[in-house]
Amino acid sequence: MAGAYDEMGGTDGQLRSQYEVVQAWLDDTPPDLLELKRREADALFRRIGITFAVYTEGGDPERLIPFDMIPRVLDATEWASLRRGLEQRVKALNAFIGDIYNGQEILRAGRVPERLILTNPQFRPEMMGFQPPQGVYTHVAGIDMVRTGPNDFYVLEDNCRTPSGVSYMLENREVMMRLFPDLFRRAHVAPVAHYPEELFETLRSVAPPRCRGEPRIALLTPGIYNSAYYEHSFLADEMGIELVEAADLVVEDNVCYMRTTRGLTRLDVLYRRIDDDYLDPLVFRPDSMLGVPGLMHAYRAGNLTLANAPGAGIADDKAVYCHVPEMIRFYLGEEPILRNVPTWECAKPDDLKYVIEHLAELVVKVVHGSGGYGMLVGPHASTAEREAFAARIKARPADYIAQPTLALSTVPTFVDAGVAPRHVDLRPFVLVGQEVRLVPGGLTRVALKEGSLVVNSSQGGGTKDTWVLEEMD
Amino acid sequence: MLARTAENLFWLARYMERAEYVARLIQVAQRLTGTTASNGDANEWHSAIVAAGCEEGFVARHGEEVTPEAAIDYLVRDPDNNSSILSCFETARRNSRSVRTALTADMWDAINTTWLEVREFDVEALLRAENLTRFLEWTKERAGLFNGAYANSMLRNDAFYFTRLGTFIERADNTARILDVKYHVLLPQEAKVGGVIDYYQWASILRAVSALRAYRWVYPGRMHPWQVAELLILRPELPRSLLFCFEQITANLDLIGQGHGRPTEAQRLAGQMYAKLRYARIDDIFQEGLHEFLTEFIDSTIVLGQEVGKQYLA
Repeated sequence: MAGAYDEMGGTDGQLRSQYEVVQAWLDDTPPDLLELKRREADALFRRIGITFAVYTEGGDPERLIPFDMIPRVLDATEWASLRRGLEQRVKALNAFIGDIYNGQEILRAGRVPERLILTNPQFRPEMMGFQPPQGVYTHVAGIDMVRTGPNDFYVLEDNCRTPSGVSYMLENREVMMRLFPDLFRRAHVAPVAHYPEELFETLRSVAPPRCRGEPRIALLTPGIYNSAYYEHSFLADEMGIELVEAADLVVEDNVCYMRTTRGLTRLDVLYRRIDDDYLDPLVFRPDSMLGVPGLMHAYRAGNLTLANAPGAGIADDKAVYCHVPEMIRFYLGEEPILRNVPTWECAKPDDLKYVIEHLAELVVKVVHGSGGYGMLVGPHASTAEREAFAARIKARPADYIAQPTLALSTVPTFVDAGVAPRHVDLRPFVLVGQEVRLVPGGLTRVALKEGSLVVNSSQGGGTKDTWVLEEMD
Repeated sequence: MLARTAENLFWLARYMERAEYVARLIQVAQRLTGTTASNGDANEWHSAIVAAGCEEGFVARHGEEVTPEAAIDYLVRDPDNNSSILSCFETARRNSRSVRTALTADMWDAINTTWLEVREFDVEALLRAENLTRFLEWTKERAGLFNGAYANSMLRNDAFYFTRLGTFIERADNTARILDVKYHVLLPQEAKVGGVIDYYQWASILRAVSALRAYRWVYPGRMHPWQVAELLILRPELPRSLLFCFEQITANLDLIGQGHGRPTEAQRLAGQMYAKLRYARIDDIFQEGLHEFLTEFIDSTIVLGQEVGKQYLA
């Protein structure tokens, strides 16, 4: 897109200082060597088995997410400000979820409309009146950020349910360090490899009230056919905890056990990577084959912690998103550090009118959707597509929000013809236990198609290693 | 450890062991059909199919007549044959993926790289004689790599013991099957022996379990059929003999059993079979009937596998 801010060349084409090492590396490395390294990177990802499973669309079910070798670089100052903003935002989101399932003060104060919450499919009445250990709902939050200028970062989306992608953040770094050890000697890049330890400490700090001694922790996966299975096994491995499937768990007398070769072993904390709907067929979807009957009873009895908490997804709704700045003021008494993208809620008649009239300039999203499905990018759509979408919005206005088409920042990326700018976003991961923890950076996703703004891996996006430079004296 | 993890490790080891065994069976059949020792092609390929334990499936697929082409196709690549080499690798990889957290990096690498290379093969070309030899050698190498990777990198705990158990239950079963297919050429000491032609048959049995050289070391001089039987059934030095396999099986079951209080039925059964092998004489086995002995052994091994499943893996 014309006029997008390039994170390497800035607005004036002058090399920004944090990219000096990257530029020198690109200048000094012969193209055929880079090509060789690129193939090596692919082979490494395949060998380690870092694949993204897509079983529905035919073709190779175990795909690689394209990895681009040119890193995305943030300096220490940029990160410090993002970090403060992320901590603030996640604290507020957590307070909000706790409030929704207990006092609902923010609704009674009229700061968030009731209609957005009580009929929302992500609202779980089963959580009403329950206090999870340490009051934490969003043990792992992924906050999607975009950038439009030197100091202009926006939050695009909050993911408080079961955000994925952190294994790519870690493996991208691992692969880069294997391929280009010299590069890391020259640049002072803050490490990220301790993320699994931080996650482990986070989970450990939220042991349930009736846990005695050292908590036993496991990761619950839907199994090898899940698209994020590699990540599940990777994290369990790195933390040294069991990777369990529903059939490995059983609940007796409100206590959750793992079936082991030595009989039943008590489990205290479950980092679950399956959706609320499938968690417990006694409480949620009765047809769920992935769930464990009785899990919610063990949870409510204080014998088990579920991370993230059921019902946390209420904060992911794109209509609820509009009210996060208000939550920060309401719960923390602070001004938001990170900005929201201006958003029109089609549920409001004035906003709806504006959206229909300006469809050609806007991005329209389904409020409960994710993964880039069911969205309209106005400037890239044909007249017919826009008209069809307008009809859908008018039929169910409350299902849609709209945002201006942002000129997402670009980072140089390897393409067939050499190196060219491509649009990126950033998903930092925020861990919440007794304290809030972050590792520097996050997952950078890149839209590999020229001009495309859609970075989702299901829609042809790739990833990059994300560097946060350490402050040098 | 999780029961499911133990089960996956157990079967992972069995399928890797089986892939190697099937590769050896094909090599032996190829070799015998090239000598005067065989009574025509069909016989040796029929033996290979029976020794692989998949006669029923083969007949359902290709009918009673066993041609070399059909046998190779069925043993190398047929996806409907659980014991075809490619099926073994596929199953091993699937089991590995669902227990990745229990595998060492070296084990995963050995299995995943095998599977990635399999995906690159042109399967039709593979079946042609000039490529088949290389493929069978490669299969043996990959199985060997897996065995080395797990022996050298796994912690000595239940995960290792269950993997070991899989390897040796499968191996005992394989050795017993190849012996049973050829039991008619294995004769006791006093019997009149056919002559040079039978030599190739005996040697083929030894090759199938990678023990031809071992035979020479243990029994210098002329090859005798009863000694072939003794080596594969009763010699404690040979890592594929029934005795050796049961020594390993009982040892690993005992290690697993330490965490369980009283001895399990699997332990009792394995101990009984081990004692029988340990104190048997080859003459007595011939007296009793080699075929009867092997049939009973194969059946008991199956029951043992079921007991292990009931006790630990359910």
